[in-house]
Amino acid sequence: MSGRGPELPVEVRRLTIGHGGEPVQRELSFGVRRGEILVIMGDSGSGKSTLLRHMIGLDPPLGGDVYYAGEGFWAAEETRKEALRRRVGVLFQNAALWSSMTLEENVVVPLQASAGLAAGEAREIARLKLALVGLAGFEQHYPAEISGGMRKRAGLARAIALDPEILYFDEPSAGLDPLTSRRLDGLIRELRDSLGTTVILVTHELESIFALGDSAVFLDAERRTMIAQGSPQELRDGDEPKVRAFLGGGRR
Amino acid sequence: MIDTAATGESRVAVSRGEDGAVRVRLSGRWQLGDGLPSTEPVRDALQGAPAAPLVFAAERLLEWDSTLVAFVHATASLARAAGSAVDTSALPQGARRLVSLALAVPPRLRPKAPEDDALSARVGRIALRAAGTAADALAFVGMTALSLRELVRGRARFRRVDLLRAGEASGVAALGIVALINFLIGAVLAFVGAVQLQPFGASIYVADLVAIAVTRELGPLMTGIVMAGRTGASFAAVLGTMTLNEEVDALRTASLRPGEFLVTPRLLATVVMLPALVAYADLMGLMGGMLVGVSMLHLGPLEYVRQTQNALSLRHLWIGLAKAPAFGAVVALTGCYYGLRCQRTAAAVGEAATRAVVVGIVLVVMVDALATVLLHVTGL
Repeated sequence: MSGRGPELPVEVRRLTIGHGGEPVQRELSFGVRRGEILVIMGDSGSGKSTLLRHMIGLDPPLGGDVYYAGEGFWAAEETRKEALRRRVGVLFQNAALWSSMTLEENVVVPLQASAGLAAGEAREIARLKLALVGLAGFEQHYPAEISGGMRKRAGLARAIALDPEILYFDEPSAGLDPLTSRRLDGLIRELRDSLGTTVILVTHELESIFALGDSAVFLDAERRTMIAQGSPQELRDGDEPKVRAFLGGGRR
Repeated sequence: MIDTAATGESRVAVSRGEDGAVRVRLSGRWQLGDGLPSTEPVRDALQGAPAAPLVFAAERLLEWDSTLVAFVHATASLARAAGSAVDTSALPQGARRLVSLALAVPPRLRPKAPEDDALSARVGRIALRAAGTAADALAFVGMTALSLRELVRGRARFRRVDLLRAGEASGVAALGIVALINFLIGAVLAFVGAVQLQPFGASIYVADLVAIAVTRELGPLMTGIVMAGRTGASFAAVLGTMTLNEEVDALRTASLRPGEFLVTPRLLATVVMLPALVAYADLMGLMGGMLVGVSMLHLGPLEYVRQTQNALSLRHLWIGLAKAPAFGAVVALTGCYYGLRCQRTAAAVGEAATRAVVVGIVLVVMVDALATVLLHVTGL
């Protein structure tokens, strides 16, 4: 599955984000290279999650566009948008599993609904995806019956159901203990390495940022724009004081 | 010393020093519940000496807690506003630190501008909100109509389990309360009718009254109202929780339309189940009426049934049953609308349920009134 797709699967150009009224961030431009893990970080209120919602096609931005392999998402027709959404998998902050369905059904529904798979085939693939995230044997459990960490992994199984080219994570370690969160980071890296998926990660967890990030952008709530871009190590040793402080640089 | 002021147990003394500074001497016991001294003397002193520094001093300060800090913070804020320097160095270290913490200007928090409280502004806000809601609700109905088109074409994507569950929630599960309410309504109608008709020896017409009122109006209406409180609220709460938990967003990223996947099964279930429920409600209402007729008016059961049969032309029954799907649609759409438009906070879910009930009941009654007027005009 590696070696597919364009050089820049996702690119954001001059994106102004917000929910109407005053923009939260202005003129954001950055791209993600194929197979890379990009970390979006910033202080609270800087609009990280809002940016994510614009990128995964949930809320329209105030200006600019998100380009999937060079194709503008928000300028596209509705049917085209659906096709573009199919290339994307999302793990929401609280996993957002459909609580009225078993774990298996949670993975089967997108397989049947968006990819039109037959029931038997969808079930087999769902079992595989659940096994990949270490949940073999939990197919018939309901989300309420398993722990927070398992729920995140089930959410990940659902996100990778359709073999997406791009995976988004909204604060994957939120609400997890350090050990579980480290395991989840390992799983994300493992999936990237084996599936060749491009990963975009919203987080402010330092450990995850350094463990996973190939590159990173930093959103500043005060200046309302992106103030740094580069690998996490570069940013830590860079000359933007706020980013250095955020990443714990200059304390050594 | 040009001015002294004391409050309570003389805890505050304000004076003007030789160097021009305003001195505030704090002493005694400062504890929560003892009340806060007034800041007036300090304000007056500061006004009398523009730009003079404000110096705090502690003298025989026994015990202190937040009361002291609150007083110092209030007076120091006054001094700041007047452009005076503030010196708290003589205060206990803990108090000094708390005051400087409270006085630190937050770097970038911009408090929300206060809302214009004028009557015209309030009326304007309500009007704008109403217009926005109306447009939004219309868009929602349009979206649902598109989902229904998919349903007619046989391409609607939703889970049959959801349809069955919604059918159960808006049908079987409501049997008990629908039976109780309608039985009692039928009994009350018969009782009220009996009181009026008995003096004329026309007790037997209670059966007519109950039969027509229950089947044509009250059976459907009461059932619609019960469903708005039961099913409408539950739809709003379930969909609101799903919105809060980003489950609705997850549907959208999986290319499933919430209108199709969540609203269609609920709408379909309620529209199909409500006529059945109303037929059951009619029966219960008639039985309630009969109980009163037989036990209080001493009418024979057979006599009552025959009179009911005579009075009850199928027309009334059909009119009542025809309203049921409309009530069902109103209840399901209101519940789903408020659920899907829920903000992503826990409090918003409760609000969504409340609104679904209130608006659902109002709309059910309005639809009923509209139907009555239309039927009157067309002479049915």
